[in-house]
Amino acid sequence: MSRTLIATVADRPGVLNRVASMFRRRAFNIESLTVGHTEQEGISRMTIVVDSRRTDTEKVAQHLEKLVDVLDVEDITDRPAILHDLALIKVRIPDKAARSEILRIADSFQAKLVDMCPQTAIVEVTGSESTIDTVVEALRSHGILEMVRTGCVAMVRGETTAEAEVALVGEHTKHAAQGGS
Amino acid sequence: MWKTGAEIVWEMLRREGVEVVFGIPGGGIMHTYHPRRDYGIHHVLVRHEQSAAHAADGYARASGRVGVAIATSGPGATNLVTGIATAMMDSSPIVCITGQVGTSVLGTDAFQETDTTGITLPITKHNYLVTDVADLAATIRNAFEIAQSGRPGPVLIDLPVDVQRGATEFVPPETGSTEASRPLPVADEASLKQAAALIDRAHRPVILAGRGVHLSGAVDELAAFANKTQTPVAVTLLGKGAFSPDHPLYLGMMGMHGHAAANHAIQNADLLIALGMRFDDRVTGNPSEYALQARKIHIDIDASELNKLIPVDIAIHADLRPTLAQITDRSQSGNHLQWIEEAEGWNEQSKAHDALRQSPDGPPSAPHIIHEIFSATGGEAIVVTDVGQAQMWTAQYYATHCTQPFLSSGGLGTMGFGLPAAIGAQFARPEAEVWAIVGDGGFQMSLHELATLVQENLPVRIALINNRALGMVRQWQTMFYDGRHEATDLMNPDFVRIAEAYGIPAYQATTLESAREAIAETRGLQGPVLIEFEVEREGEPSHVYPMVPSGAALDAMIDRSPVSAGSIAGGRS
Repeated sequence: MSRTLIATVADRPGVLNRVASMFRRRAFNIESLTVGHTEQEGISRMTIVVDSRRTDTEKVAQHLEKLVDVLDVEDITDRPAILHDLALIKVRIPDKAARSEILRIADSFQAKLVDMCPQTAIVEVTGSESTIDTVVEALRSHGILEMVRTGCVAMVRGETTAEAEVALVGEHTKHAAQGGS
Repeated sequence: MWKTGAEIVWEMLRREGVEVVFGIPGGGIMHTYHPRRDYGIHHVLVRHEQSAAHAADGYARASGRVGVAIATSGPGATNLVTGIATAMMDSSPIVCITGQVGTSVLGTDAFQETDTTGITLPITKHNYLVTDVADLAATIRNAFEIAQSGRPGPVLIDLPVDVQRGATEFVPPETGSTEASRPLPVADEASLKQAAALIDRAHRPVILAGRGVHLSGAVDELAAFANKTQTPVAVTLLGKGAFSPDHPLYLGMMGMHGHAAANHAIQNADLLIALGMRFDDRVTGNPSEYALQARKIHIDIDASELNKLIPVDIAIHADLRPTLAQITDRSQSGNHLQWIEEAEGWNEQSKAHDALRQSPDGPPSAPHIIHEIFSATGGEAIVVTDVGQAQMWTAQYYATHCTQPFLSSGGLGTMGFGLPAAIGAQFARPEAEVWAIVGDGGFQMSLHELATLVQENLPVRIALINNRALGMVRQWQTMFYDGRHEATDLMNPDFVRIAEAYGIPAYQATTLESAREAIAETRGLQGPVLIEFEVEREGEPSHVYPMVPSGAALDAMIDRSPVSAGSIAGGRS
């Protein structure tokens, strides 16, 4: 069983190192971790997928929250959300039949052919983990030469927009200013 | 006003109320040292950087304020590491400032370069590498805020030489909270009510008081809660002093070398109320056999400590002081006479095994010596221990009063902590009588700090419990490793002559009478002093009892042979 955490973090040098170091130190098992910029300058966002059979997700969240550069952590597993992964898959195309078969597979999964050479093609597919797994299975018989997956990125559906989340971070800081300690 | 990075360091330290720092200069931090005297902050030149971190830690523990250590780059920084890890494990607020090679050569293996922030990342609450002098003032403010807020801990600031040398317009950061501040967690009403309901229903409750009681300033709230609900109190090693040892509800210290009454009470309790403690393996014994009949309430400021090792019924993530007062308000007055009597029974039974009941023929046992120091100082001294047998004997036989801190490396168990931490404590509390109680093994890991004592003319009293061995390991070898004493017997120098070579008056006591005399005589001395107490290396008196063997249940204690003669009352601490 996988659980998905979204961590809003300050975009400072070494943040990923702090998070990765903590996972290693606490022996947490992580299935994937992605990090990237957000719409707000200075704020990055991590999507962390945890193998909850081997790792206590609540402990992961609690330890993340202790890191000074981590501004907010949310477990979105039980919320309606888009969880997407992107894969680039290089396959062999020895003949015309293979080429049309690969085009057919790509078409039926809304995958794109982003490179086409005489002997090889690169298929790009975006979607849920299971969609990508299915495409990979379908392409396997054609001989996958190389594959890379980005790991999962996630976003909650509906009203909870990026703005709301940033406002939440702002609230957090304001509260801190009042509370002091 | 235009200031260099070096000047900003001292300006900010002064603004943070720092009066003393501990350190050693070197090539990578010389710029920072240069303007120090213009800022009126005293610098204590220790003899090894590890001692700087321990002294800062001792200062923090004795004062409740942030301690500061300074070291140069490379080996200076790596020497701090043990002291930083010690402070991390025991939630001690210190700020370490280290020199670093210039930003232009960072990462090139320059002379005395080391990845200080990388090395200290997992043993600090947070650390900084400052690459722009314009960020320095705010960074120092943040570091102090982080070190002392929430669950306190060490923060390190790594300063490249060009940042120390560079200048900028100094704009004092706002005092109070910073972007690094977090609100203190607050208990929700439902949890408070549930906790109060469990407390009201309990027949055999026990409070487990840890260092969090001190850190939260909840000593009075704990007394009020225990008194109202009539709940007996057991303390952890670092919780000593959280509850008066003279109080009838006091059970003593829990754990591997805890008091029998505390351990039995925990194992027989129907409710444990854990306050600012973390169920360390040294206090639980075998966790799968720990307090099986008890419901458990755990209050801690660090959410990650809740349900970490011992699953609890009610986990409250909150600051202890207000939370304890809220629970006290919501709880009914209790009456657990029968339970308290039962606990007193365990205490009575354990008295037959008390070392103080044994009349020493040869050298006095260490518990006798600790008891003499306790009696002479009336429990009013600041006691700093090293790590090992002398630490445990001191914990057992020095009944720390609520008014004074008990300083000991609990979580990390760092030998060599005692003397430098005592130096820090004496600076924090110049008027207080400070005793460093150390074994001959640990003492030799920071013996060089005798020079610091003399240079600063500090009246620290060193009680050296000499059994010519790494006693705690040797005890385990005797008990669990077929008596093979592998690498634990020490061939020691003449400690009296060592001390005298440093210019420190030294005494040697081989009998209880001479021990008593030496303690009395040295209390009147103005400067540092060392008393060496010779104790047994072999046989029962050389062991710390009671003892819960590793992996055993908490009440499976091995104890001394019982003695019926003798009449000295057992001191519990």
